[in-house]
Amino acid sequence: MIPKHDKQAVGQRFLTAFREAGAVEVAPDILLPAATLLDLYGEDIRARAYTTTDPLRGEVMLRPDFTVPVVQMHMTEGAEPARYCYLGEVFRKQDPGDERPVSPRDNEYLQAGFELFAHDPQADAEVFALFHRLLSPYPLRAVMGDMALLMDAVRALPQADARRDALLHHVWRPGRFARLLSRFSRPAAPRDLPDTAAAWAGLRSRDEMDARIARLTADRDAGPLDPVWIARLERLFAIRAPLPVALADLRGLMGEWPDLAPAVRRIEVRTGMLSSAKIAPESVLFDASHGRHTMEYYDGFTFSFAAESRPDWPPVASGGRYDALTAVLGRGGRAIPAVGGIIRPGLVAELEAA
Amino acid sequence: MIRLGVPSKGRLMEQTFDWFAARGVTLSRSGSDREYAGRVAGADGVSLVLLSAGEIPRELAAGRIELGVTGTDLVREKLAGWRSDVAEIAPMGFGRADLILAVPECWRDCVDLDDFASIARDFRAAHGFRLRIATKYHRLVRAWLAAHEVADYQLVDSQGATEGTVANQTAEAIADITSSGETLRANSLKILGAEPILRSQATLFANRASLDKARPFLAQLGIAI
Repeated sequence: MIPKHDKQAVGQRFLTAFREAGAVEVAPDILLPAATLLDLYGEDIRARAYTTTDPLRGEVMLRPDFTVPVVQMHMTEGAEPARYCYLGEVFRKQDPGDERPVSPRDNEYLQAGFELFAHDPQADAEVFALFHRLLSPYPLRAVMGDMALLMDAVRALPQADARRDALLHHVWRPGRFARLLSRFSRPAAPRDLPDTAAAWAGLRSRDEMDARIARLTADRDAGPLDPVWIARLERLFAIRAPLPVALADLRGLMGEWPDLAPAVRRIEVRTGMLSSAKIAPESVLFDASHGRHTMEYYDGFTFSFAAESRPDWPPVASGGRYDALTAVLGRGGRAIPAVGGIIRPGLVAELEAA
Repeated sequence: MIRLGVPSKGRLMEQTFDWFAARGVTLSRSGSDREYAGRVAGADGVSLVLLSAGEIPRELAAGRIELGVTGTDLVREKLAGWRSDVAEIAPMGFGRADLILAVPECWRDCVDLDDFASIARDFRAAHGFRLRIATKYHRLVRAWLAAHEVADYQLVDSQGATEGTVANQTAEAIADITSSGETLRANSLKILGAEPILRSQATLFANRASLDKARPFLAQLGIAI
């Protein structure tokens, strides 16, 4: 059991390094308005974050992560480019379902983070190289992914817009995504939706229902998606190899799927930047599905550093690009390119003690 | 001493008394109807504790009663990691109710959960907030919808008259317990999908750490564990 003080000291070391990398230290609130987080993350956040009530502010949550308050702060006060860093506790509850876990995860732990708001194409590589340098003394496996690659792939499917939008919306939910895809690959079954005598009730309007029924009717005429595309998507999602090997796989796939070219090119450029930062590409694992299992709103480059000796641990560090989050928080207005990540100093302290 | 927790009133109490009577154990409320004390005849070392059905899960988990009768819905909703603390001993064949998801009957385009997921997405885009499901079974409903990867919804708490929330426009759908479905129909709601979120019935539960202690009494009831 490592004393909190020691974990704090490790965190301070990362914070200092982030400051030296040009970041301004910020200290967001611990009590955050629940409504914003619920709107962003949905009910999942209620299962993970501690909720409490304030007599005046209403429902509040104990900070489950720093991203939202840092983005909000930047959107009201900041100008690009901007680099922020922070160190502090986050609070996560675990709902065990039917059985208590044998070794419960920590409910409060430190995060040391770095967020970069910039239009600069080098931003992804800058953040990854920084984390890579700070974590190089530890036996960690660097993994990266790219959600924009997957989303470009879905957009390029020869499908009607309505189908594409549905697939894009559910790209973070693998089961629902697979169900949609398998439905689209079969001839559309006509839906029998008999009229009902029931009076209209509720906030959803009759027009909204009619619009959806019109969409379902139009979808009936859509031809089934050629299974060759499903096979290609499956090949793409399954790519998991050292970066140079993965890039070769991607180029192979690009031969039959030219629409992937811009995304593959972006990954090549990023790989070049990593090489310039003296990171051997073959030491980094590229996992095409990496971002699908992380937070929704990661919509570009994603990364994590996992302790190979501790498969039971969450990643020691993780991060990615979340332009979509700034768009949602900006209420459809201002979207700011943003990329960042966090390190868990408590886990690093355990690695140092081992 | 084995402390047996039983719902303190209503049909659930009467049917529980009948269930034990059929196995040779007579439970009764002592004194007046207003007094929550009980008597046990036909079994040694067993005392009767009359409690609200909703409190029985917590009392079982804490070990303040060794055995208890309550609905499977309440145990699963109220006890995180319930299986680690309590054991399901015997389903009792009454108090049957299903936890279901229901939507307005007028939604003729909503037949299954895939429709529901698609409607929730449209609703969020049209109204700027997530489709609201009124319920008091937060954990069960959330876990079930997460398992089916339904997004774009939110739960709103409703501790009573849940079926009325749709007409009042404080929710678009409800998740609640129903046995006959009559209240749902009266409120122009229809049950979604063939399988409920949970099938519940009155069940005899034991505190897991007290299983050995309860074994002789359970054997007398004809239950081998």
